[in-house]
Amino acid sequence: MSKLLFDVAHLLAGSMLVLSFALLYQDRITAVINVFALQAITLSLSVAWQALVQDAPHLIVTAAIALVVKGFVVPYFLQRIVRALNIHRQIEQVIGSGSTMLTGLGLVALSILLVQPVGEVSIYVREDLAFALAVILLGLLMMITRRNAVTQVVGFMSLENGLVLAATGAKGMPLVVEVSVAFSVLIAFIVFGVFVFRMRERFDTVDVSALDRFRGDRKDAP
Amino acid sequence: MALIVDLFLQAMQMVLVVAIAPAVLGITRKVKARLLRRIGPPLLQPYLDLWKLMHKEAVLAHNASWVYRTAPYTIFAATWVAAALVPSYATGLLFSWSADLIAIVALLGTARFALALAGMDVGTAFGGIGSSREMMIASLAEPAMILIVFTVALVAGTTQLSAVATLFSTGSVGLRVSLGLGLFAFLFVAVAENARIPIDNPATHLELTMVHEAMVLEYSGRHLAMIEAASALKLVLYFSLIVCLFVPPGIAGPGAGLPEYALGIVSYLAKLLVLAVLLPIGETSVAKMRVFRYPLFVGSAFAAAALAVFLLFVSKGF
Repeated sequence: MSKLLFDVAHLLAGSMLVLSFALLYQDRITAVINVFALQAITLSLSVAWQALVQDAPHLIVTAAIALVVKGFVVPYFLQRIVRALNIHRQIEQVIGSGSTMLTGLGLVALSILLVQPVGEVSIYVREDLAFALAVILLGLLMMITRRNAVTQVVGFMSLENGLVLAATGAKGMPLVVEVSVAFSVLIAFIVFGVFVFRMRERFDTVDVSALDRFRGDRKDAP
Repeated sequence: MALIVDLFLQAMQMVLVVAIAPAVLGITRKVKARLLRRIGPPLLQPYLDLWKLMHKEAVLAHNASWVYRTAPYTIFAATWVAAALVPSYATGLLFSWSADLIAIVALLGTARFALALAGMDVGTAFGGIGSSREMMIASLAEPAMILIVFTVALVAGTTQLSAVATLFSTGSVGLRVSLGLGLFAFLFVAVAENARIPIDNPATHLELTMVHEAMVLEYSGRHLAMIEAASALKLVLYFSLIVCLFVPPGIAGPGAGLPEYALGIVSYLAKLLVLAVLLPIGETSVAKMRVFRYPLFVGSAFAAAALAVFLLFVSKGF
């Protein structure tokens, strides 16, 4: 029976990884936000399941925060931003979708290799760590490959999903830490929102390559 | 006596898959039509179609060679053998020692090779386009399929389907992430291989992006009947593989009695029915893809399968 409990936890963590790949793969902004919401909901399910497995009721609070804030509030506001900026029909240029996926696979392999030497723990903890690390790295990859500020924000939030997954998979994360992380992410989200709107006002676009012109080391800077 | 019973059980499996293949196709067509608010053809229409085609004259192009004439039978034979080897209602049948996953992939590859040759044989441009696209899809889907085979083989310790099904049906393997990813990848591969909607449209001859129908456009009469029957069989083959690898409970074990076999047949048919209803639902909810997006679609199956193999290494060690 306990094996089944762990198996379900792994299935949930594995589906978070698959959703990370779906985030990398999607090129429509609204679809990206929807997949992100789905990932956050999966995360909250996973955390709630961990609360059950580890018999740690405070994780329920974490799950609730993840569900409400990242599953519904953040995606809702992102959708509103996208509509307000009138870019919800835009198809974003992903830098070589196929090569991005391959890089993503490489990152997963890397995180597995990194976790491999962690001895003295059961294979379940090891797999969980590998999943979480992979989700974090894929979030980073998404921030690198996207040129649109809104999808970069989504990449950042999905990276944070990976952090929470790592923290809950290992035994016992204090609630204070979780609350402060969630709070700082919310602050970061607000900062990003302000940034996106300012950028839109200044350059008429949310494509961050517009900022390249202002780099100091460029010879051809205007 | 025991040998006769064994032979009978094996023969029943072989006949079963051929007998139900058109019905499965009929169900998917009917469900799809209902979802599009059409009434749709009767469930038995594929049988009637095959009957009609069998009795029509087979028209051959002047420059058709023996490849063109023999290809339909090769395709049907290879697909039938492959479909008959997948354990459907019982494991441990007489020929189950030969039911190897890699052998099945190879048989399907043979059928595909014959079909692509036939598409190019008459020399029409359309057949050539179909063949080249089919080969493009195959070059993407087959590595993914092989990786899925590896995943299953690593979990079960064997590539022999009957042994795999027996092991999985006991439930001792549990829920494995790798198998979940394998199923995900397998569904993508199955859609691509069966010429279903995001990749190809099975219902029309009139689309420029079609693949399978472009290759068989020149066929008529009994040749076309063979090809249609083979593609229905292929659908049943993939359904059977899903049932056998990922939802085996209900399958009769080796040396079972009559009640177990009856239960096996009933549960097999019920699972096929569920899959035959789910497939058109999935098909109607997505739009057909551009040809240039196929590599991404099938590539994601490859990615998922590769991920599954990686994860098995985490849990097992190198």
